[in-house]
Amino acid sequence: MNKKVFLGALTVAGLAAGASAAATLDDVKARGSLKCGSNEGLAGFAAPDANGVWQGFDVSLCRAIAAAVLGDAQAVEFVPLTSQTRFTALAAGEVDVLIRNSTWTFSRDTDLKLDFKGVNYYDGQGFMVRSDIGVSSAKELDGTTVCIQTGTTTELNLADYFRVNNISYEPVPVATNAEGQQQYLAGACDVYTTDISGLAATRATFENASEHVILPEVVSKEPLGPAVRHGDSEWGDIVGWTLSALIAAEEYGVTSANVSELSANPTANPEINRLLGTEGELGAMIGLDKDWAARAIAAVGNYGEVFERNIGEATPIGLARGLNAQWTDGGLLYAAPFR
Amino acid sequence: MAEATDPPRESFRLSQLLYDARYRSMTIQVVAAILIMLLLVELVDNTVTNLAALGKDIRFGFLWSTAGYDINQQLIPFTSQDTHARAAVVGILNTLVVAVLGCILATIIGVLAGVLRLSSNWLVARIMTFYVEAMRNTPLLIWILIVFAVMTEATPQPRDFREGGSASLILWDSVAISNRGVYIPRPIWAEGSMLVVAVFILSVIGIFILRNVARKRQQDTGQILPVFRLSLALFFLPTLLAYFVMGRPVTLEMPELGGFNFAGGIQIRNSFIALWLALSLYTSAFIAEIVRSGILAVSKGQTEAAFALGIQPNRTMQLIILPQALRVIIPPLISQYLNLTKNSSLAIAVGYMDVRSTLGGITINQTGRELEGMLLLGIFYLITSLIISSAMNFYNSSVKLKER
Repeated sequence: MNKKVFLGALTVAGLAAGASAAATLDDVKARGSLKCGSNEGLAGFAAPDANGVWQGFDVSLCRAIAAAVLGDAQAVEFVPLTSQTRFTALAAGEVDVLIRNSTWTFSRDTDLKLDFKGVNYYDGQGFMVRSDIGVSSAKELDGTTVCIQTGTTTELNLADYFRVNNISYEPVPVATNAEGQQQYLAGACDVYTTDISGLAATRATFENASEHVILPEVVSKEPLGPAVRHGDSEWGDIVGWTLSALIAAEEYGVTSANVSELSANPTANPEINRLLGTEGELGAMIGLDKDWAARAIAAVGNYGEVFERNIGEATPIGLARGLNAQWTDGGLLYAAPFR
Repeated sequence: MAEATDPPRESFRLSQLLYDARYRSMTIQVVAAILIMLLLVELVDNTVTNLAALGKDIRFGFLWSTAGYDINQQLIPFTSQDTHARAAVVGILNTLVVAVLGCILATIIGVLAGVLRLSSNWLVARIMTFYVEAMRNTPLLIWILIVFAVMTEATPQPRDFREGGSASLILWDSVAISNRGVYIPRPIWAEGSMLVVAVFILSVIGIFILRNVARKRQQDTGQILPVFRLSLALFFLPTLLAYFVMGRPVTLEMPELGGFNFAGGIQIRNSFIALWLALSLYTSAFIAEIVRSGILAVSKGQTEAAFALGIQPNRTMQLIILPQALRVIIPPLISQYLNLTKNSSLAIAVGYMDVRSTLGGITINQTGRELEGMLLLGIFYLITSLIISSAMNFYNSSVKLKER
């Protein structure tokens, strides 16, 4: 009898191991909340506010997905991950989706068995220095000490850029943005390098932000986007198309203010109708109901609203749209047709 | 007539496996072994199955691909174009450096603190008690972070060393303590310097020979040579003589402020200092207790007997107490050395590039080979620990009580 119990336990363990790989959508629905891997604290992108509620650009996308899938933008469990632990946490199933300033690269998309589902922020790596050290270009950084988050693409870009330009430097590895900020402010490193959006966000939290400059050189392409586990295409579609819905909504002028009005009845624009579910059955094709996109937009607003509210020029972070403008405005945002 | 018969031989019955004390233990062991093996098989199978479900396999080819990242403290040359395997070796060397230096410093502080805790001076004994209790009752990570915070926050920046700045070099302008590390002079080995080094090594060997000669002489004739003074002279005089005869071939390169940082000299990074000091201080508290227990384990009668024979107190310690105390001290000391070595993997907290940070950190991150990296890391620590413990066991067998 003992033997039977043991074999039974083995079978259950084997089945559980097999089942965890697929059907994230069912897991999320059964759990009633979305587990979103987020930054451990980067102002404007992902950080808890004074009331302990997570706010930010990346956080909004998590909330949009939760609104689309579960109908509740607050049904998100944020799992703060360091740059070192993020991919392992996603691969191990600790989070359903990773939206954490993560750069879409070839090896991450293939060898790490992740799937990047679009780009929510086009970024590039830059350098921040104190304005009083008298440096105006990254080429003048020879002999400096550079603080850098380990496990990031920035670490590799830095090594490449400085090697190609024959610049010697001393890397000081730090684990988190907070640690890098503390070391940089203490003067333990001359330069802090990460994505320019991250530099701007970090500088915005400084007491004397004007004493620090971000050098003009952008040394890499850093398309930041949401990532899911490889092999669950249905779930990947939901994440990717929720992002597309927010981008398309801005293009068609759908905002959080007018979305309820526009989705009540079919409008003259068939694209808006298909997006908001008043025409066609797009929602059913990804395993959701027809109001999924309308709920996401109602919860967080369209891409432009999310940008301006969290990191736009009116905020302390003050990032311009730049590459992240709609293609119609000369940017790179180009949502595939909802059809 | 009565026939002598053997007592009837009981044939073996299956129930004896359970009810006969002679066989029961064997049954239990066999069952336990089978269960453990099944558990292991399940563990490995589960891992392989889950990895396959994720579409991953176990391969070590990543070790030979380009690392792509830089390492600040490198004992062998390393550039970002070298392989992950070489990055792992750089990390291993960094781990070994901090472990060896940590063990040495921890032993020195630990022996001092342990002996002083037994001092008859009330204040000294209480201070050492406080030190030991404060160190060993707080987590090591906190001490690492405290030392690191002191080294980065309380020390001047390199630019403060500029003319008119608030900081200056110490020890005749040869040592700079900054928030990037401590810069010390670097020796420059010119032609003929190898001869000086050779003389130095020869005189160190000479000191050992002298000690043996002195011991033999004492055993044969009872005369005691002034070994310490002779050793001291042997340590310094021939080397100094060779240094001046060869025309001062060894010079020092002083740290100088150049550009953003100090150039020249040797940089001892704050991350290294923080890890080294914290590991040493923490482990020394445990070693102090081991030393104290070792000394207390030698019965007072030994001291009294030595005094009765007219042996001086310091020679009593050296010849009677310490050799006996070492027998008690060495075995637990091995564990402390192993602990220190393994605790050095906390280096990541202050960005010290040990093997956990290179192979187990950045390499794993950039290649996504967690399982392989962690396996290699585990094997490395296992081998290192086994080497340390076999070396210490060898030493232990040389000091332990020999029954003849």
